[in-house]
Amino acid sequence: ARYRKVDEEFFEELEEILLQADVGFETVMELIDELRFEVQRRNIKETDGLYVVICEKLVEIYEKGEEGISELNLQPDGELTVILFVGVNGVGKTTTIGKLAHRLKKQGKTVMLAAGDTFRAGAIEQLQVWGDRVGCEVIKQAEGSDPAAVIYDAINAAKKRGADVLICDTAGRLQNKVNLMKELEKIHRVISREIPNAPHEVLLVLDATTGQNALIQAQTFKEATNVTGIVLTKLDGTAKGGIVLAIRNKLNIPVKFVGLGEKVDDLQPFDPERYVYGLFADSLDKQLDKAE
Amino acid sequence: MAFEGLSERLQSTIQKIKGKGKVTEADVKQMMREVRLALIEADVNLKVVKDFVKRVSERAVGAEVMKSLTPGQQVIKIVKDELTELMGGEHSQIKFNPKPPTVIMMVGLQGAGKTTTSGKLANLLRKKYNRKPLLVAADVYRPAAIKQLETLGKQLAIPVFSLGTDVSPVKIAEEAIEHAKKEHYDVVIIDTAGRLHIDEELMDELKNIRAIKEPDEVFLVVDAMTGQDAVNVAQSFNEAIGITGVILTKLDGDTRGGAALSIRAVTEKPIKFVGMGEKMDALEPFHPERMASRILGM
Ligand SMILES: Nc1nc2c(ncn2[C@@H]2O[C@H](COP(=O)(O)OP(=O)(O)OP(=O)(O)O)[C@@H](O)[C@H]2O)c(=O)[nH]1
Ligand SMILES: Nc1nc2c(ncn2[C@@H]2O[C@H](COP(=O)(O)OP(=O)(O)OP(=O)(O)O)[C@@H](O)[C@H]2O)c(=O)[nH]1
Ligand SMILES: [K+]
Ligand SMILES: [Mg+2]
Ligand SMILES: [Mg+2]
Repeated sequence: ARYRKVDEEFFEELEEILLQADVGFETVMELIDELRFEVQRRNIKETDGLYVVICEKLVEIYEKGEEGISELNLQPDGELTVILFVGVNGVGKTTTIGKLAHRLKKQGKTVMLAAGDTFRAGAIEQLQVWGDRVGCEVIKQAEGSDPAAVIYDAINAAKKRGADVLICDTAGRLQNKVNLMKELEKIHRVISREIPNAPHEVLLVLDATTGQNALIQAQTFKEATNVTGIVLTKLDGTAKGGIVLAIRNKLNIPVKFVGLGEKVDDLQPFDPERYVYGLFADSLDKQLDKAE
Repeated sequence: MAFEGLSERLQSTIQKIKGKGKVTEADVKQMMREVRLALIEADVNLKVVKDFVKRVSERAVGAEVMKSLTPGQQVIKIVKDELTELMGGEHSQIKFNPKPPTVIMMVGLQGAGKTTTSGKLANLLRKKYNRKPLLVAADVYRPAAIKQLETLGKQLAIPVFSLGTDVSPVKIAEEAIEHAKKEHYDVVIIDTAGRLHIDEELMDELKNIRAIKEPDEVFLVVDAMTGQDAVNVAQSFNEAIGITGVILTKLDGDTRGGAALSIRAVTEKPIKFVGMGEKMDALEPFHPERMASRILGM
């Protein structure tokens, strides 16, 4: 391999890789500072093998010593778990619900779906197709009805049927639409009123292609619905979704799943190590090419 | 939040430089540092930012500023002018075929807003240009995609051509164009399925649709919230199928929308419209100078 010193230029390159992954300026600066410190502490002089150290350190920063942060908060047998999906338009909420339902069913759970997007054209039919595909009952009402009422109905139906998990879809909404965010708060309230401690998960779906706006999305949706985790979708593209590092850093919300395609099996639990290595994969490839 | 702090910093730099009777290279450097940051935080691609900052810096320490009576204001003007220029200067119109039907293809990543924008565009063409549009449901993959377009068509009372999900999109497009000729529709808007720019098979499908009859417009529909990857997406779509313009959606949000600048810079194709909401009348012409202010947070 080519010997390379750990110098200013190296850190600048690192900075660019992270910025191009959409991590965002502030968080990149903080991360670079910590990495600089780590390099000094371990007295590392050459870049050989340094990426491994960097990845380890980034994972450490992400995990903050907390264990099991990616796991779903499922209730014990015999109790209903309610999962609420939220997010801006077109990020992949409905598709992820289909995939998650499939996943939970494979684990032996009875899953039901609530068609809480009564607004977007074809949204109810889309969820119904997913319900049929994975074999889940979908509770729905007519287009244009009150989403909180749909979800209220669905909770009662799920209780009656003794279902294990109810997953609630909602319409996509941009976080600066005050009325739509209020509607979401109402949905959240209705769920909590029917079952104390519910929803047990509020999953914010983020599109990996999204840039810095995702941080504002996370902050605003968290204020409205107490988001418990993130699903990072469309990671099968070329975008890295690095903003989730800033979100973890600033708002403490962990990623729970990643979406890797449009099929039922394209949902995986988030693995910070794999994810962080993915951030550098292209640059490592390039370096190897150069070295050859 | 980060953006507001940044915008304030940019403002304060501008304030400082604005009233100056003499602008030094150091002043310009300081200001360009803030501009660079503003652009990065607005999701403008890093490489595009670098080129931009370089070009503006050169002009800003040049004669036009040094000789100006209000050099500070001159620097700010250069930043905004260059940004506006980069985004295409004037508003660009839709290209109609003198021999109807005009064929418009909607392409882009998953969830960008193609189907919704197809409806909006049909509505606009009928209302503002007095055309008779036909919507074509050529997404046979996404669950209920046809139903979605049909629902929008029904709302608008604009016909939707569909052959279900068992016929190939190429065949659907072909028959739709034939149907349009027979029934005297003068615009055909083809809604295609969302796809990744790296999905060769599906990109080939677009090429095959394109080959039926040279479309008059191929609109790349892009989510305004897109980050650094916008350049890869735009470049790939443009190279693979040749786009004629861009429609930027979801600008009713609070994103700075720097992707607009990146896309324009790499494809040199005009941004023709912006989506300003989910309703069928929320499609507006693109204004480069407004976008420039928005990206800079001014
Ligand atoms: N490539 C890829 N596409 C995805 C992924 N997840 C979702 N999609 C696609 O993204 C598009 C939008 O997905 P939806 O599930 O409808 O998104 P949504 O958030 O429910 O959208 P709205 O309800 O309109 O706000 C669809 O074409 C999905 O097939 C993913 O992980 N990878
Ligand atoms: N707020 C807002 N939402 C929009 C706009 N344009 C589209 N949307 C929403 O974005 C989501 C995705 O729109 P679609 O039209 O289904 O996107 P698509 O590109 O056809 O998606 P696929 O066919 O799955 O690739 C829907 O919830 C739309 O209502 C816009 O300009 N503003
Ligand atoms: K999107
Ligand atoms: Mg949905
Ligand atoms: Mg569509």
